[in-house]
Amino acid sequence: MGKKTLMKGNEAIAEAAIRAGCRYFFGYPITPQSELPAYLARKFPEVGGTFLQAESEVAASNMVYGAAGAGARVLTSSSSPGISLKAEGISYIAGAELPAVIINIMRGGPGLGTIQPSQADYFQATKGMAHGDFYLTVLAPSSVQEAVDLTMDAFDIADKYRNPVLIVGDGIIGQMMEPVEFKDPIDPDDLPKKEWATDGAKGRERNIINSLALDPHDLEDHNLKLKAKYDRMKEEEVRYEELYTEDADIIIVAYGTTARIATSAIEMARKDGYKVGLIRPITLFPFPSDIINETADRVENFLTVEMSLGQMVEDVKLAVSGKKPVHFYGRTGGVVPSPEEIVEEIEKIGGER
Amino acid sequence: MKKVAGYPDSLTDKQFHYCPGCTHGIIHRLVAEVIDELDLKEKTIGVAPVGCSVLAYEYFDVDMHEASHGRAPAVATGIKRVHPDKFVFTYQGDGDLASIGTAEIVHAANRGELISTVFVNNAIYGMTGGQMAPTSLEGQRTTTSPFGRDVKEAGFPIKMSEMLTELDGSAYIARVSVHDPKHIRKAKKAIKKSFEIQLEGKGFSLVEVLSTCPTNWGMKPLDAIEWLKNNMIKTYPLGDLKTPEGVE
Ligand SMILES: Cc1ncc(C[n+]2csc(CCOP(=O)(O)OP(=O)(O)O)c2C)c(N)n1
Ligand code: SF4
Repeated sequence: MGKKTLMKGNEAIAEAAIRAGCRYFFGYPITPQSELPAYLARKFPEVGGTFLQAESEVAASNMVYGAAGAGARVLTSSSSPGISLKAEGISYIAGAELPAVIINIMRGGPGLGTIQPSQADYFQATKGMAHGDFYLTVLAPSSVQEAVDLTMDAFDIADKYRNPVLIVGDGIIGQMMEPVEFKDPIDPDDLPKKEWATDGAKGRERNIINSLALDPHDLEDHNLKLKAKYDRMKEEEVRYEELYTEDADIIIVAYGTTARIATSAIEMARKDGYKVGLIRPITLFPFPSDIINETADRVENFLTVEMSLGQMVEDVKLAVSGKKPVHFYGRTGGVVPSPEEIVEEIEKIGGER
Repeated sequence: MKKVAGYPDSLTDKQFHYCPGCTHGIIHRLVAEVIDELDLKEKTIGVAPVGCSVLAYEYFDVDMHEASHGRAPAVATGIKRVHPDKFVFTYQGDGDLASIGTAEIVHAANRGELISTVFVNNAIYGMTGGQMAPTSLEGQRTTTSPFGRDVKEAGFPIKMSEMLTELDGSAYIARVSVHDPKHIRKAKKAIKKSFEIQLEGKGFSLVEVLSTCPTNWGMKPLDAIEWLKNNMIKTYPLGDLKTPEGVE
């Protein structure tokens, strides 16, 4: 504690998982997240962890399903095409109400796409991961330090709600080296026992991990129970950061890597007299709608910037509720927007100064 | 809850939902009896499949995990890695194991995963209403092979058990049937052996059980038994296919 180490994002996330008491990892190789499993394969033996390279992402996510049901803190990581395959297991994990942490170091798509940075999996992460009525808690770090902190929190949030938590980054977050500070490690033996887990019904009623409910009324009840959890997340878990919003008349909404680039753009534009601020969602689900809605009462314009054709912008528009115009600027296919490009958008909205 | 005398402790009182003449029920009972005999009830985690036995978690009175279609070996891998000292088995149909779940079973066996699989082969997709399975016999009529399985178009009956014997991680592979009392006794012996192989840490074990589906074969229960005996065993010969050295 207190000591700063220079680390790559992917490796820092892996170290954070170990410190969060995670001892099980199941995954399948894919760029640009490869340093994460490699780090765990190296380090897990020191702490008695289990690293298993599965035959596919489908198998990996179902191994996670088994290990989570057995009561473990368990992690898997992948990148976009791999997450599509993990979707099956994730739906079952959500349906069976199990905690698990999933990392998506997003790359450009659709299809095989490119390994370059992208935010094109926003819809998948927040709305359409897989079949059925469910949500994941979705966390979006914008620095290596934040990736570390959110990874540790992710395991607690997953346990608190018995729901999978997804952390989304991109190749920049994953590959970038930054100084990080870690919290003290948690000993998995000190974590509260999960009474619902399958560990052999010794001296108790048997436990069943299941997502099947043949009677539609039973399933509706179950889905309403899940909804109550999502509502509680909306009350208790929303996280965002505000920057230069106090005097702003233009608000940029951006997350992850894009928020960092937008911050540089804002600082450049401010020198030219544009009053621009930033709202950076840290939780993509639950989405920080309230702060955006309140801010809409006192600013003139919103600009959403994403590395996609425009996905989060739909949530921003819902939050603004027509109170003010919501503009969009995006680069896609693995192209990263430059601060200058964003400044140009600000100029278009704010007029000549 | 008090159990009827002779009824396995590891089965709940819930009545099976299987069709008359379906041998899933017999196989459930054998598995439960072996769990009792090996005193495993309080250390077992069973993994149920997607298929007619999807509700197996309602019948086995042990910790149970309901998997997605074909992924039971992956789910069981996750469980076993977390609880290496517990007994973990999967119960899977032939659509589940031999079609959608081929990758999962092959790699669990290849890793020598210390789990035991009960593979119920009825040469058809039961639950979804009698479609052709990779295990369906040549010429077998199903809703999706209405003129009989043409191996030129649909490939050959897949011999999963024989394939799995080739993997260094598999320790015990057997094929049994439950069409008469003598074979039922043999089936139980094989299931017991496969469970012991796991407990002794010898490697992956699997028992394929030839089973009936009178409903989707379009037969009366007794005719289904005869059909299994006269047709299935020819394609799927019975016996221990792989046994570790030193095991009888
Ligand atoms: C991913 C997925 N695909 C398809 C199905 C539909 N489905 C349910 S059971 C089944 C076949 C089961 O057949 P088998 O494994 O042979 O078991 P049986 O019912 O004959 O015991 C299928 C295809 C499903 N539930 N999930
Ligand atoms: S459909 Fe076939 S496999 Fe399913 S319960 Fe009926 S007889 Fe058994």
